[in-house]
Amino acid sequence: MTMAPPPRPIPPRHIPDRLNGSFLRRLKSWETLLLAVAAAIFTFNALASPYFLDPWNLSDATFNFTEKAMIALAMALLIIAGEIDLSVGAIIALASVAMGAARQMGVETTGLVLIGAGVGLACGAFNGFLVAGLGLPSIVATIGTMSLFRGIAYIILGDGAYGGYPASFAWFGQGYVWGAITFELALLAVLAVVYGVLLHGTNFGRRIYAIGNNATAAAFSGVRVRRIRMTLFMLTGLMAGIASVCLTSRLGSTRPSIGMGMELEVITMVVLGGVAITGGSGTILGVMLAALIMGLITFGLGLLNVPGVVMSIFVGILLISVIALPKLLEKMRR
Amino acid sequence: MAAEPLVAASAADAPFSVSARPVLSLRGIVKSFPGVKALQGVELDLYPGQVTALIGENGAGKSTLVKLLTGVYQPDAGEIRIEGRAARFPTAAAAAAEGVTAIHQETVLFDELSVAENIFLGHAPLNRFGLIDWPRMRREAREILARIGAALDPNAALKDLGIASKHLVAIARALSVEARVVIMDEPTAALSHKEIGELYELVERLKAQGKAILFISHKFDEIFRIADRYAVFRDGGMVGAGLMSEIDERRLVEMMVGRAMDSIFPVRTPQIGEEILSVSGYSHPTEFADVSFTLRRGEILGFYGLVGAGRSELMQALFGISRPSAGICRIAGEERSPRSPAEAVEAGLVYAPEDRGLQGAVRALPIFQNLTLPSLGRLSRAGLLRKAEEFALTRHYAERLDLRAASLDQPLGLLSGGNQQKVVIGKWLATQPKIIILDEPTKGVDVGSKAAVHEFMAELAAEGLAVIMVSSEIPEILGMSDRVIVMREGRMVGEYPRAGLTPEILVRAAAGIGVGIGAGGDS
Repeated sequence: MTMAPPPRPIPPRHIPDRLNGSFLRRLKSWETLLLAVAAAIFTFNALASPYFLDPWNLSDATFNFTEKAMIALAMALLIIAGEIDLSVGAIIALASVAMGAARQMGVETTGLVLIGAGVGLACGAFNGFLVAGLGLPSIVATIGTMSLFRGIAYIILGDGAYGGYPASFAWFGQGYVWGAITFELALLAVLAVVYGVLLHGTNFGRRIYAIGNNATAAAFSGVRVRRIRMTLFMLTGLMAGIASVCLTSRLGSTRPSIGMGMELEVITMVVLGGVAITGGSGTILGVMLAALIMGLITFGLGLLNVPGVVMSIFVGILLISVIALPKLLEKMRR
Repeated sequence: MAAEPLVAASAADAPFSVSARPVLSLRGIVKSFPGVKALQGVELDLYPGQVTALIGENGAGKSTLVKLLTGVYQPDAGEIRIEGRAARFPTAAAAAAEGVTAIHQETVLFDELSVAENIFLGHAPLNRFGLIDWPRMRREAREILARIGAALDPNAALKDLGIASKHLVAIARALSVEARVVIMDEPTAALSHKEIGELYELVERLKAQGKAILFISHKFDEIFRIADRYAVFRDGGMVGAGLMSEIDERRLVEMMVGRAMDSIFPVRTPQIGEEILSVSGYSHPTEFADVSFTLRRGEILGFYGLVGAGRSELMQALFGISRPSAGICRIAGEERSPRSPAEAVEAGLVYAPEDRGLQGAVRALPIFQNLTLPSLGRLSRAGLLRKAEEFALTRHYAERLDLRAASLDQPLGLLSGGNQQKVVIGKWLATQPKIIILDEPTKGVDVGSKAAVHEFMAELAAEGLAVIMVSSEIPEILGMSDRVIVMREGRMVGEYPRAGLTPEILVRAAAGIGVGIGAGGDS
């Protein structure tokens, strides 16, 4: 007994691609909140200090965050994928020491930049090997390499300092590309666009979200999870290397303590930017707004002669309140 | 914990008065999950000093019942009675306080702690300062271990013990509360012959102490050996209960599988084409051994067996999740043993796992992103996403599978189990595979979506796709498969054409009863 497949008179039900109200959703988003906070701090600063709105002052102020923000771009991807890298400050030191040592051997600017970036990439690859290759938890592996990289920097340099960088090298940290726009700020802007497209507009970015939300299901869907984790650690190392070039160039010398504690400021930036520390969500726009906020606070308080210790208290309070606010509102609604 | 020593003592003092009064009774227990009725009107009595065997297919509602009795779930309706009075188990501690305790298939124990600490974790005896009374804890641990006849040192670290000894610790832990009812959920599944013998002795000892025992097992030989009573579950209801002495194996099997095939399956005229997959001698160090079979285009090959028979593990090895220790896999004549899921997908073999929440889908991501995840390489241009193409592809499969969703941008986790499964299947079809493996495709799926999944599976086969369906549901196996392979304890124990296949043959092969089915016997 055979039967023809039953005819289907009913047309398939229509499911819209997206629901309406995306404007409202955007209005309620984390990025909007950050933008409002940034605007408030900007206004407050402009009213509190007559020196704030000077373009050259503002330009100087960007040094507060440009190097950290470069690393934060890659760190955001890494945290969205459910990993973390605590060794970025130490990578800056090791890359800087490597450049300093190379300078002593007479290496010129181009070579120095390549060495700085290359050491960063190599350190990132080592982290990636520990996490993606050997399967160590990234928080443990990078606490280890944090001590390791910094330790090597201390052994090579001891208590001394490297200096004598060529004049052309100084441009990376001290040069201006157009008017009051620094090279670092311009580089950050370009990198932010690149990372924005990478995370939000490519297959690679989509797979990062999949891994961060459920690495097992991602692997079961044919995503090469380990390869992507490896790539992300290498990108983070590379960005730390590039940040090291900028920082070394700006300071004009290398000490083994360079970039100490920077990893926590970078991670603060990423989390403040709305990236879930447990992975799976976040945007590049949010991270860049968070970088701007942290820069504005540091600069504004600096203009008002507030000591550094107080600044860090301020950043701490800001971080906790911005993170806690949505949770508190949610609880109150119930 | 307000224990009631009086009642417990009287039950322990009078082990031989095998009263007709049950210790624990269930009356009209109903429990539903979204879209699924797990238990409907269950009635069960457990008597002191007697072992009641709970029998049923996978998914018949046995685990749900255990969870209700141990305070993990709450019944939607019905009554639990202890010694004739109504009781409620809002928490696991409440169930323990009423003297109901369970030994699970896989008990959570702590490797770094000592035997005594494991036994008393969470209810350690305290001294007058509120600190743990170590001497008393060790003494009591020693007493409990002696009571179950386990020669273990309470101070030994758990990690130094073998699996069987760990199992004894788990049992001791279950008995460290004043237990009246002991539930054993497939206690022999992980044990060797000798250890099983020791477990039987232990059960006898507990019986003599007047405990009521609920013994869940798939193994008929042990049920007949150890149980005094039976209760058979099918589709969330109890279909029969009575004394073991008044029943035989054949009638138990009949009750388990039922006579009526309640769901309607699509009518198919299979168009079976050339061979597309050939697996020979596939082995794994621990999960399966020497599996060989072939699969043809347009064919639906069913894999039946009990939970733990190694079916999922075999499929995951074919999909490149784990590596086989031996064996060859040929896809369309080419020798390809995938070493990763990515390679398997490239070779045209895809796998929709049983555990949708963990393995099948990224529930926090939108529907369309789940659907296109394995196809991104083909959909994109120079690595850049093309949203319009993604939505078009998703819409195509959403319409084909009759997906019910508010929008394609909705997080997948908000859909019902059946609709999530449709997206998982759609995700794989979008890669245009040659072979699709569906592992328990209708588990946790509501009745309506179940029919849709079956219908769709039939359509796929008609289009020439080769389908492997792993299922523990006999009606589904019989209703959908062209050919059925039965696995038991990691080995193929039978291969049957659909014609002439009956539920009894499948159950017997899977449980290892009867004769004439492949190689085997107990290892």
